[in-house]
Amino acid sequence: MIFTPVPRDIPLPLPASPELLHVLLVVAFIAHILFVNLMVGGSILVLGCELRGFGKPDYDRLARELAVTVTVNKSLAVVLGVAPLLLINVLYTIHFYTANALTGTAWILLIPAIATAFLLLYLHKYTWDRLADHKWIHVGILAIAVALFLAIPLVFLANVNLMMFPDRWTGIRGFVSALLLPNVFPRYFHFLCASLIVTSLFGVWYFGRATYPIESKFTSFTRPAIRRIFYSVAFMVSLVQFVVGPLVLFTLPARGLHPNMVFVILLGAIMALPAVWMMWKELSVREPHGERLRYIVAYLSMTVACMAIGRHMYRETALAEHREQMLVATQQWVLASEQAAHDRETGQALAATGVSPGQAHFQSTCGACHARDHRLVGPPLTEIATIYAGDPEGIVSWARAPGKKRADAPQMPAFASLGDEKLASIAAYMLEAGATP
Amino acid sequence: MDLPVFHLDFLNNRMLIAIIAVLHVVINHGMAVGGIPLIAYLERRGLRTGDGAWDKLAFQILSVFFIVTTTIGALTGVGIWLSASLVNPYAIGSLIRVFFWTWFVEWLVFVTEVALILAYTLTWKTWIGPRKQAHVKLGVVLAIASWATMALIVSILGFMMDPGSWHSDRTLFSGMLNPLYLPQLAFRTPLAMLMAGSFGLVIVPWVTERGSQLRTEAIRTIGRWMLAWTIPCVLGGLWYIRAVPDAMANNLAVALLTQALEGWANTAIRVLMGACLVITGIALWAARWPKSIRPPVLVTPAILAIVLLGTFERVREFVRKPYAIAGYLYSNGLRVDDYPLLQRDGILTHATYTTVRRVTPDNQIAAGREVFNLACTRCHTVDGVNGIRDVLARMYGDDSAWNSEAIVGYVGAMHEIRPFMPPFPGNEAEKRALAAFLVSLQFERDVIEGAQVTGVEAPPRPTSPDPAPIFVAI
Repeated sequence: MIFTPVPRDIPLPLPASPELLHVLLVVAFIAHILFVNLMVGGSILVLGCELRGFGKPDYDRLARELAVTVTVNKSLAVVLGVAPLLLINVLYTIHFYTANALTGTAWILLIPAIATAFLLLYLHKYTWDRLADHKWIHVGILAIAVALFLAIPLVFLANVNLMMFPDRWTGIRGFVSALLLPNVFPRYFHFLCASLIVTSLFGVWYFGRATYPIESKFTSFTRPAIRRIFYSVAFMVSLVQFVVGPLVLFTLPARGLHPNMVFVILLGAIMALPAVWMMWKELSVREPHGERLRYIVAYLSMTVACMAIGRHMYRETALAEHREQMLVATQQWVLASEQAAHDRETGQALAATGVSPGQAHFQSTCGACHARDHRLVGPPLTEIATIYAGDPEGIVSWARAPGKKRADAPQMPAFASLGDEKLASIAAYMLEAGATP
Repeated sequence: MDLPVFHLDFLNNRMLIAIIAVLHVVINHGMAVGGIPLIAYLERRGLRTGDGAWDKLAFQILSVFFIVTTTIGALTGVGIWLSASLVNPYAIGSLIRVFFWTWFVEWLVFVTEVALILAYTLTWKTWIGPRKQAHVKLGVVLAIASWATMALIVSILGFMMDPGSWHSDRTLFSGMLNPLYLPQLAFRTPLAMLMAGSFGLVIVPWVTERGSQLRTEAIRTIGRWMLAWTIPCVLGGLWYIRAVPDAMANNLAVALLTQALEGWANTAIRVLMGACLVITGIALWAARWPKSIRPPVLVTPAILAIVLLGTFERVREFVRKPYAIAGYLYSNGLRVDDYPLLQRDGILTHATYTTVRRVTPDNQIAAGREVFNLACTRCHTVDGVNGIRDVLARMYGDDSAWNSEAIVGYVGAMHEIRPFMPPFPGNEAEKRALAAFLVSLQFERDVIEGAQVTGVEAPPRPTSPDPAPIFVAI
């Protein structure tokens, strides 16, 4: 039987209103993921362009120019990742840390992996001329970085996915089992497509700007030609996205689905339609002028906003009930903890005020299951005093190694380790307390 | 208890954080907080003297710092976060509830810092001539932003050691303005400047020609820079030492050298002081006789500074034990307030994730193993770094079989005998089970794999607490 764990939360209040924190999380995440898109998509496109550059040198120059933006965007991607990490830690502390621990090896390997990818990007950028006669080595450096950028998102996705499904936590054995949960891989391909689209549109803008010195950088590429290259990528990958997107929606575990959330996601998808149509229009002339870019970006921004909000709604729905259960468990824990602390102090105080040691020991040790005159877990003292009248030694023997006389009561644990002296004082008290009317 | 137990049984969980964090601090002190002021200073030198060579030197140093800070520097910063979340999620989880806004503001400053260092580096070659003045100013603004990130985070570090009035106030500012805050900042700021100088000394011979006027002048300048910051560093250090709570200062000997070498504490302190004097001596040499100083000597302050900083961070983290957050949370991740409950009912009773729910005569070793996993693995491994087998062998030798009763007695009192140890967070039965497990380790090497490998089990928790056989008083 699968038992969904209900851990207790950190018993400290949230640092701000949940609504504010949720808004900050969605906004901060959008900023982060856009730059991650530019970093991953950019690296892939640089690689693609550099490979095409073997046949056509202007592609090599395009790759080089684009590479400059990738090293800038990577730094912004990392620093913008701090806020969503902080917010997710605060809002979903237990869920996120659980996923982190269960995928811990891969999770911590992110650090050397990303650092290495970044160093390789710099190496790639700064050895362009030096390795001009060793192109395959140069491409190889970037290929390793791209391979890392293709693997790294899987670790993040496995984590943000696993955190949403507490019923799966006890079934995980290491990172790979978390990776194979639904619906990590569809989301991964969705992300990769988005990265290519975002970077391509960025390319349309970056190289199409009037202030960009296109003539000094390229021999045959013109602004419209470069726009065409990037619009083509954006358009084709968008078509793929219209397959991958629905796949993501379809494979999402039912736990987090809600009509509102589906509506928001579909709204986002619909917003993308005019954007893709406009990409097509841009491509339908020989020299794309880029005038529609701002509208494409405007529509896709709405898509991104809807998707970001929708995925947040999904997570909230998936976790709502579990978080309520956790809240109850946390409250019970804090109460039990305070009670135990109080009992300890009282026990110590009582011992000091002349309450018999027997009574103090009884209360702290036995009182949880044996009340004076009614059944709690085991029989009440009145009954015990009748059974063992005049025979405290009998109580001690029983307590040392209880048998099982009652079918309707749970097995009493053994208390031999209390020691005979304490047991004797408890027994004496029990007989006395159980006998008095 | 409420989270799967990530564990590295060879490297030790603390070492994971230590490697990442010390690397991060070395980089951010030496190449950002201290590095940027040094570079801005050199750039201004170039502007004032009209000597382009200074400008070029400053840019070359910046290039090295830029590459390292935006790759390893940035990622180890995130790495502290990720590793702390794995190794002591209760500590970091609690801290972010208290200090969320501190970290949020710090993040805003980080974004500013990254944007500024990108701008500073990428406009160096284009903001020339009349725009140079503006570029120098940009460097100054960047230096302030870098320092601000340190100023914010140090408040949290200080809090962990002495929360001050937060115990009663429980507000953000009472937490930030803790007794350690200003002393630690007064120490770290000049320290960062010194480290930057020591890294500068390493880079200068690399990018200047041997025997050149520039090399001589650069070494002299950086030597003077380091000397200027030496006295403030010493004063800040003394202030900081005085602010460390007494109970924690007593842990210093073990903190420095581990238990095995406790007796050498005084020697260790002398060695460290010696290292500081060597750094100062080399700085003086560089400042007075820059022509005569050779690259192997120039590299020495940087190496010593890294060792010293690593030692300082280790000591700072260790003397805080048995607490992760003094008075609130022990290093084992358990709250001080929860101890009466845990010591009455047992930790196995209440743990969300455990392979054993209750100790029975048949499962002593398995139960003891789980107790060890839940209560001890934040700091101990079985047979790796700070392995419990080594600890026990040191305590009880290998000549005779380890005595279970003796271990039970020790575990119950270890927080009194070794002040850096937290009290045992379980009941009597669990103490015995733990002892059984530990005794079994004498002749059989066991290894505890973390939840990141084994996964977790989550048997139902009992709704009513199991009455404990013994009522333990602290």
